[in-house]
Formats: sequence, structure tokens, C-alpha cells
Amino acid sequence: MKAGSLDEALGALKSDQGATLIAGGMTLIPVLKQRMADPTRLVDISGLDELKGTSVDGGDLVIGAMTTHAEVHASELVREKCPALADLAGMIGDPAVRNRGTLGGALAVSDPAADYPAAVLGLNAIIKTDRREITSDDYFIDLFETALEEGEIILELRFPLPGSASYIKLSQPASRFAIAGVFVARFKDAVRVAVTGVGPCAFRFLEAEKKLTAEFSIDVLQGLEISDIEVNSDIHAGVDYRARMVQTLTVRAVEALIGQ
Amino acid sequence: MKIKLTLNGKATTADVPANHLLSDFLRDHMRLTGTHVGCDTSQCGACTILLDGKPVKSCSLLVVQVDGCAITTIEGLADGDRLHPMQQAFKDHHGLQCGYCTPGMVMTALGIVDRHGLRLDEDLIARELDGNLCRCTGYRNIIKAVKAGAEAMNEGK
Repeated sequence: MKAGSLDEALGALKSDQGATLIAGGMTLIPVLKQRMADPTRLVDISGLDELKGTSVDGGDLVIGAMTTHAEVHASELVREKCPALADLAGMIGDPAVRNRGTLGGALAVSDPAADYPAAVLGLNAIIKTDRREITSDDYFIDLFETALEEGEIILELRFPLPGSASYIKLSQPASRFAIAGVFVARFKDAVRVAVTGVGPCAFRFLEAEKKLTAEFSIDVLQGLEISDIEVNSDIHAGVDYRARMVQTLTVRAVEALIGQ
Repeated sequence: MKIKLTLNGKATTADVPANHLLSDFLRDHMRLTGTHVGCDTSQCGACTILLDGKPVKSCSLLVVQVDGCAITTIEGLADGDRLHPMQQAFKDHHGLQCGYCTPGMVMTALGIVDRHGLRLDEDLIARELDGNLCRCTGYRNIIKAVKAGAEAMNEGK
């Protein structure tokens, strides 16, 4: 069914435990084709205008959950307020995928190799749902597992604006997913470094954050390693290589910001 | 489920199973077999069509999702026997060999023109063709065709 309003979508999820939300469908449709999910009903929320668009509110950049990657990439407001986020949206998949895929959909799925989780965690965004606000630090839990409850719908994301930010990604050439991706955000009082593609879900590179907050330079990153993360391994990259790429990409992101 | 859509400019109604893909609907139900299905995993782009003017992969959409929308397929571009300038450019520049990927390439090219205008540089075209795979040409002539097609569209304005 196509939901005509948020209330209708919430009602449909409540009345049918087997129902699933669909947004752009860029993850869900391939999953359904592989028979890896078997929902009794799909509730399409991609047409809800109240969940679309970009604005600035109280110093935060606010992006509706059903805003497509193409819209975020092309948004003059996002480009002005946080160019790294506009750039990141333009690195997701390919143009046809970006015309369908949405910010909220990508976050609800929380694919370990998706790009947006790095920005959400790196910018310390707030995930606003139909019932509460979730901080990015509490949101990503494990492989395809987030803090979202059954039937909970993401409405919008609130991104605090950094002084500057950069996202660098080692892209898998066929799928364009991140083999590893690092988002560095420089705020007034602290630096945040978020990593995607490397662990079961996006995580912060705390060792680098500490060093970079004290001194924003490449030198402080020498020999730095991630710890306490179960690193992904697949045919594209093994554990050691992926772990090593985190430091390399962090250096490149910092270099890009120093060079600005 | 009953749906209404505008297909290549014509108001169309259909009664479709809820689990059918848009690509299957176009090919099997509407017999518009110009939309090709290559990989069926949203990687290759052969099934690209325009949804409300924007290129999307029809193998990764359920037909019921496009209820109320406007769809343009490769069959909707030519004006009678007169090819669309982008189609003509693919013909003139030999932008195809086996032709399987071509409908998706042409629809994607129209999306590039829509986003970036009628004067395109080759690096940009190559980047924007990221989601369309061709196993024959090596892309050189496709890129030339897209550039020439955009210029021809400019002249035809």
C-alpha cells in the first residue's frame, strides 16, 4: 500500500506485525528477490512530502528521511552548509540508484558498507523518529541492527554543522559500497572521526579523535590503529588491509581539510 | 491491484499482481520489450527508464510503486520514424555493438542532460555512466554518442 500520511503508515505497521516499510527500495527489493525477507505487506512511505526536504533550524541542517541521495547531492543548501555531506551523497551507488535511495532508508537498513552512517556518526546527528530522538552514538548497534524499535519510523535527521568536514572512501568498483570510508568532522571544541565498511556497523575511531582534538595534524596519526573492532573480511579486502585503510583514509581526510 | 500511470505520454490503467516488477510489467504485460533486463540485481542499468523524468532501474521497482507516476521507456522517445537526437547519435557514432545495454544507456544519457545541461565534457559523461555496464564497446563510442546527442538536442531546441 502507498501510505497517504504518516498516521496511516504507523497504523498499517501496528495492525500487521508482518508488514515492512519500503522507501526507495534499493535494498529491500533485491532482498525480496533473493527471498531473504517475506513481509506480509509493504507500506510505501516514499511519497510522503512531510518527510522530504532540507532546511536549517537552530544552527542544525535538517534533512527529511525520504529525501533521496540525488536531492541531497544537488541541494544548494546542503552544499553551502556542509559540502562533505553533499559530496558523500553523490558517492552512493550510481545516478539511477541515487534517484530512488533515501537517507532514512539507508539508515534504517544500516548496511555495514553504506556511506551515510559515517556522516551521521561523524557529525553527531540526531535521528528523529515518530516517538523520540536518538543520538548517533546510541543508534548503530551491530550488523544491520539499530536502536529502532518495531514499527518505528525515522522522520528526519538533524546534523550539527562542523567548521569543516571531509569524507574519503575506498569504493568497491562494482557495487560502489565502501570497502572502507572515513568521515572527519572538525567542530569548535572537538574532532569526530567515523568509520564505515570496516566493522559490523559504523563506529568512531576514538584514538584518532583524541589525538586530532589535541592537535589537528597528520603527524599525530602515525602508527595509529583501531582497537576493539571485529574487522570485516571478504573477497575484496582482508582484515589487515581494511584495518590499515582506516588510518590511511583518516590521514587523507585530514590532509584534505588542512589543504583547504 | 489496480494502477494508473502515464506510459510514454498515454494514460494507462492496469490490473497487476502486487509482487510484479516494473521491468516485468513493461516487457510482459505492455509488450514494451525495448527495456532490457541484464543482471536483475540493479548493477547493469540495461533496464533504466525515466520515472517522472528521472532515470531509475526498473528491475528494482515494484510496478505498484509507480502508481500515479509518468514512465518513459525507450519506445517513447522517437517521433514516428524520426529517432530522438540521442538515439540518432548512438547510431551515427556507433555507440553500440550488440545493443543489449543501449536502451539503458540512452535513458541514462537523457538523465545526464537533464542534470548537467547540453554541453557535456567526456570525463563527466564517463563518471555519470557509472551505473550502466557495456560488455562490448569499451565505452569510447558511447561517451562520444552522449556528447554528440546532447549537442544535437541543443541545436534542435
